[in-house]
Amino acid sequence: MKKKIESPAELTRLQSELKGRIDPAQPCIAICAGTGCMAYGTQKIVDRFREEIQARGLEGQVAFRTTGCHGFCEKGPMVVIHPDRIFYQRIGIDDVPEIIEKTVLGQEVIERLLYKDPVTKQRIVHEHEVPFYGRQMRLVFGSNGLIEPTSIEDYLAIGGYSALAKAIGGMAPQAVIDAVITAKLRGRGGGGFPTGWKWDATRKAEGDPKYVICNADEGDPGAYMDRSLLEGNPHSVLEGMIIGAYAIGSSHGYIYVRNEYPLAVKNITLAIEQARDLGLVGENILGSGFSFDILINRGGGAFVCGESSALFASIEGRAGEPRAKYVHATDKGLYDKPTCLNNVETWANVPLIIDKGADWYAGIGTENSKGTKIFSLVGKINNTGLVEVPMGITLREIVYDIGGGIPKGRKFKAVQTGGPSGGCIPEAHLDSPVDFDELTKLGSMMGSGGMIVMDDRNCMVDVAKYFLAFLEGESCGKCTPCREGILQMRKILERICQGEGRMEDLDTLQWMGQAIADGSLCALGGSAPNPVLTTIRYFRDEYEAHIKDKKCPAGVCKALITFSVDPEACTGCRACARVCPTEAATGKKKEVHTIDAAKCIKCGACFEACKFDAIKIA
Amino acid sequence: MEAKIAEIVSKYQSNPGFLVPILQDVQKAFNYLPREALQEVGTQLKVPISRIFEVATFYKAFSLTPRGRHQMHLCVGTACHVRGAAMIGDGIERVLEIKAGETTADLEFTFETVNCLGACALGPVLVVDEEYHGQMTLAKANKILNKLGKKVVSDEEED
Ligand SMILES: Cc1cc2nc3c(=O)[nH]c(=O)nc-3n(C[C@H](O)[C@H](O)[C@H](O)COP(=O)(O)O)c2cc1C
Ligand code: SF4
Ligand code: FES
Repeated sequence: MKKKIESPAELTRLQSELKGRIDPAQPCIAICAGTGCMAYGTQKIVDRFREEIQARGLEGQVAFRTTGCHGFCEKGPMVVIHPDRIFYQRIGIDDVPEIIEKTVLGQEVIERLLYKDPVTKQRIVHEHEVPFYGRQMRLVFGSNGLIEPTSIEDYLAIGGYSALAKAIGGMAPQAVIDAVITAKLRGRGGGGFPTGWKWDATRKAEGDPKYVICNADEGDPGAYMDRSLLEGNPHSVLEGMIIGAYAIGSSHGYIYVRNEYPLAVKNITLAIEQARDLGLVGENILGSGFSFDILINRGGGAFVCGESSALFASIEGRAGEPRAKYVHATDKGLYDKPTCLNNVETWANVPLIIDKGADWYAGIGTENSKGTKIFSLVGKINNTGLVEVPMGITLREIVYDIGGGIPKGRKFKAVQTGGPSGGCIPEAHLDSPVDFDELTKLGSMMGSGGMIVMDDRNCMVDVAKYFLAFLEGESCGKCTPCREGILQMRKILERICQGEGRMEDLDTLQWMGQAIADGSLCALGGSAPNPVLTTIRYFRDEYEAHIKDKKCPAGVCKALITFSVDPEACTGCRACARVCPTEAATGKKKEVHTIDAAKCIKCGACFEACKFDAIKIA
Repeated sequence: MEAKIAEIVSKYQSNPGFLVPILQDVQKAFNYLPREALQEVGTQLKVPISRIFEVATFYKAFSLTPRGRHQMHLCVGTACHVRGAAMIGDGIERVLEIKAGETTADLEFTFETVNCLGACALGPVLVVDEEYHGQMTLAKANKILNKLGKKVVSDEEED
């Protein structure tokens, strides 16, 4: 199938031919092979399925697909068996023959592999009935579970590249831009800048060539949705970029992706080759006269390189230092040419808008935030995973209805959004709708979509310190307020965590935060104080406990906690004594043990080892 | 070395714009970035050595010192952090007697911290020689170190 497609009509014919080849009634086993599931050892299960299908001579009768991330990472390894969409979770290698025997061939459901609703205790048979999926709106991410990311045929068969055909075949470039403006698409990379306006400015700028770039740097240390999109559905991102390039009048594109994402690099590289073979990328795309090609640039792992001007510097082969923004990237970006930079998820939204129409898209979400957003719902949450929700859904719905609440019945404390630029939102604001403006009002931001849930064992001062330490290491060092200010703020927090804080530190942190925000060139420094400022705003009493009472209520800050043995609970099993690296925990068998505070280095080994909850941290 | 670098550089059409990926490939070939290799890259690309060092020291992915036989990467992404990754990092540092980012003197272990690996459901995550280990605990980390030949103190009686 290497012949180039020469017109939009020919593309449509190919799509229906490929679709026709798939028998919708044929059983298909779709196994999640996203990064999370691979970490569970899914590769061995994949191999087992292949062997089993071959051994039983079922090739041709049973389809088997290794797909990208399905999103429900908590329950991997997992398979969905089509056409009924029977959902099996936490499967093992030994379950494979039974799944084929009973479910695929025998239409019988295997109870033990079904998802069990933790509330109703009911077993749930179908994927779409699982509450985790039920409350989502998986427009961008949903196809991940249906296709092999390495197969352009799969993507075409589900209607992929229709939007490109529609745009190139019947829409003037300006009409494409107008559609994106009408849809009110806003950038998913953090800032929420209106995408259509950015395209329009790049189109109208003077200069040649013009560049379009996909930002797949994904620097937020708690987010992985961009990675999963590139890994699981690379063609959707590519299609968005080609449409954008057509609208903007760009002939050159780049995808800037972290080198730490080898599977994403591999899948998008392959996708580009496949698209080029079919004439969807390259010269004279679909016979339209429009030409566009894409290069991949692997980033070197620097958070600041996600920032637009630093990213350009990095692609040009220099150290990634931002520059001042009075010159817009849309005028002078990469190699000083007009450049349109958008995030992975932003690009993946474009085909949807063109395909289904701007008005349809604008019907989803809130007044000024349209469409859906993918979040990585992680941390102290029962259902860890990637969730795609319509803008405007409340935090509570995400945390409780989709996320299933906090593990081990502990108490919810905060949800952190916006990564290192964002903030911690407390329980009192759980009913706030999630959109760009509402999150900003709360002192946080949408960011790229990390959503980290914390419980009462997480210390807010420690979390603030964590983000500052991260940013301290990632500051490029160009501006003094950012380079030195973050360091000083981190030192103050360090002192507070050591029990040596002073009440005036809180004021110092606040004015310093403001000064850093004001005096920094790029948004790294500009938003760096946010995690500190929001935690002071919402969890002031916790700071005060550290400063005044010399206590860490969550039991995290080492200098402020002591380990002791609860004599009631201790059974004298010696588990703690055995693991203690300093011989602080001691005791005779079957007698209550003790911890010598002078020797204890608070490493936590005993707490982890005790099966009777007898180690107390206070 | 010269030939290997020539091969890498020509893969990128000797285009200095691809300095970052070129250095990634060089590092892959030599396990770190030896000084002579950087000089060679500079000569072949006609880029001053100061620029090469600027780039090689800016990006976290590059190492100017040799790395250990076993690579330990602890995820300290936000999700892993809130699940106690810091405590595990302290434990590994204590046992190996190095800080994160360093290599043991016998070149057996390199211990590094990384950001989100996309496996948050398994957090805290420790990747040892590219194999993922989830729900990491101090005890599990010690066991892994033991298996790789690092004797972890537990000279206590097995009762
Ligand atoms: C320090 C810093 C890091 C950033 N990291 C990313 C990133 O990892 N991914 C991303 O898409 N945008 C990132 N951004 C935002 C980009 O600068 C840019 O606004 C975005 O890629 C534009 O795309 P969008 O309009 O589609 O969101 C970062 C910004 C800053 C200041
Ligand atoms: S604000 Fe910080 S990261 Fe941004 S340019 Fe200045 S020093 Fe560099
Ligand atoms: S934060 Fe560690 S895997 Fe995501």
